[in-house]
Amino acid sequence: MNGVHDMGGMHGMGPVEPEIDEPVFHQAWEGRVFVLTRAIGAWRKWNIDNGRFHIEQIPPAEYLRISYYEKWFTRLVELLIETGMVSRDEVDSGVPAAGSEKLTPALRVAGVPALVLNRNIASSQDPSIPPQFAIGQRVRARNLNPEGHTRLPRYARGRTGVIHLDHGVYDFPDTNAHGLGPKRQHVYAVRFAARELWGEQAPPRDCVHLDLWDDYLEPA
Amino acid sequence: MGASDRDHQHQTVPPDISLRVKSLESLLVEKGLVDPAALDALVDTYENKVGPRNGARIVARAWTDAAYKAHLLADASAAIAELGFLGSQGEHMVALENTAAVHNIVVCTLCSCYPWPVLGLPPVWYKSSAYRSRAVIDPRGVLREFGLDLPGDVELRVWDSTAELRYLVLPERPAGTAHMDEEALADLVTRNSMIGVEKIAAPRPGAQP
Repeated sequence: MNGVHDMGGMHGMGPVEPEIDEPVFHQAWEGRVFVLTRAIGAWRKWNIDNGRFHIEQIPPAEYLRISYYEKWFTRLVELLIETGMVSRDEVDSGVPAAGSEKLTPALRVAGVPALVLNRNIASSQDPSIPPQFAIGQRVRARNLNPEGHTRLPRYARGRTGVIHLDHGVYDFPDTNAHGLGPKRQHVYAVRFAARELWGEQAPPRDCVHLDLWDDYLEPA
Repeated sequence: MGASDRDHQHQTVPPDISLRVKSLESLLVEKGLVDPAALDALVDTYENKVGPRNGARIVARAWTDAAYKAHLLADASAAIAELGFLGSQGEHMVALENTAAVHNIVVCTLCSCYPWPVLGLPPVWYKSSAYRSRAVIDPRGVLREFGLDLPGDVELRVWDSTAELRYLVLPERPAGTAHMDEEALADLVTRNSMIGVEKIAAPRPGAQP
């Protein structure tokens, strides 16, 4: 979706303000939102692309106003309700509905190291899925404007670049986010000259790489 | 906005976020969806065990072991797995070497993708609208805000993490460190240098490592 989250190249967002000795979590609740999301993730009721799409659906003014972990909290609540793990009444009251069954958590302490260290994303090796493009080939990012989830930023659409690396095979976010299957395909690092993206104002030798799926690309 | 509007707005603000999070956690515990001890263990992991010290060890190893550096640049996932730092949100890694001629920086314009197992959770500035919007269109301006004025003849390469690859910048080893061992070198490596927004300063002459 052409949302405010797709902000590469926008102006007016102010200076970058690094913080010295920044803590991992600024307040305890931020850490709880983060770990609740990870622990609920162990139930595998949604995938990473569903999760990202829920953040993108936060209305633009709200998206820019609230903090990072407030976005995570909003997403967690919406996904819990959408998947039927809790009801909105339960969220509002903070207590389980009368008569609801008590489950056994999907994640116990013993499972924490594996959750942190596991390679949760499927292998990128699959010889049965051939690449559509070759390293060194010139490609154009297609001019796609889906209303659903996509990982093709607006600033690259219609622009021409060169296949720099073939990263192997990955789930396709545009289908995977919407229950339409993983549609696995190759992902490439595509190198775009900064001038191709931003015009003559950009330094002549600088470049931007994006990781793009086969379905985002066409021969140029 | 008048005073009465402000009052009205104040009255309709939802309960404090920390209370809402507490209430949700208590609900999820009561329903048996999460185990509070596992939550505590996860907080401890990300606050104390996973962080940029992991990435610094990779960098220091690459600086002191040419074969490891070659392996890291050719197959970062395998080389990082050797040190035990592959994991969630760092499953598929690419290492980018900064040199006197080429400077790499990493961003996620669409959200906040970041190599957790090697750098920990991302700092607020990395997730900010300012960094996400500007790193691709004005990377040299962003670097100046970090105190790095990159010469015009250095090629600047930006990497926008739009897929499931995660990037680790291998910063330049500073001058004056030939005498230092791997552990002392690791102490010099900053998180920001592994994102590519700063260089590592040479240690001050006479300073204890």
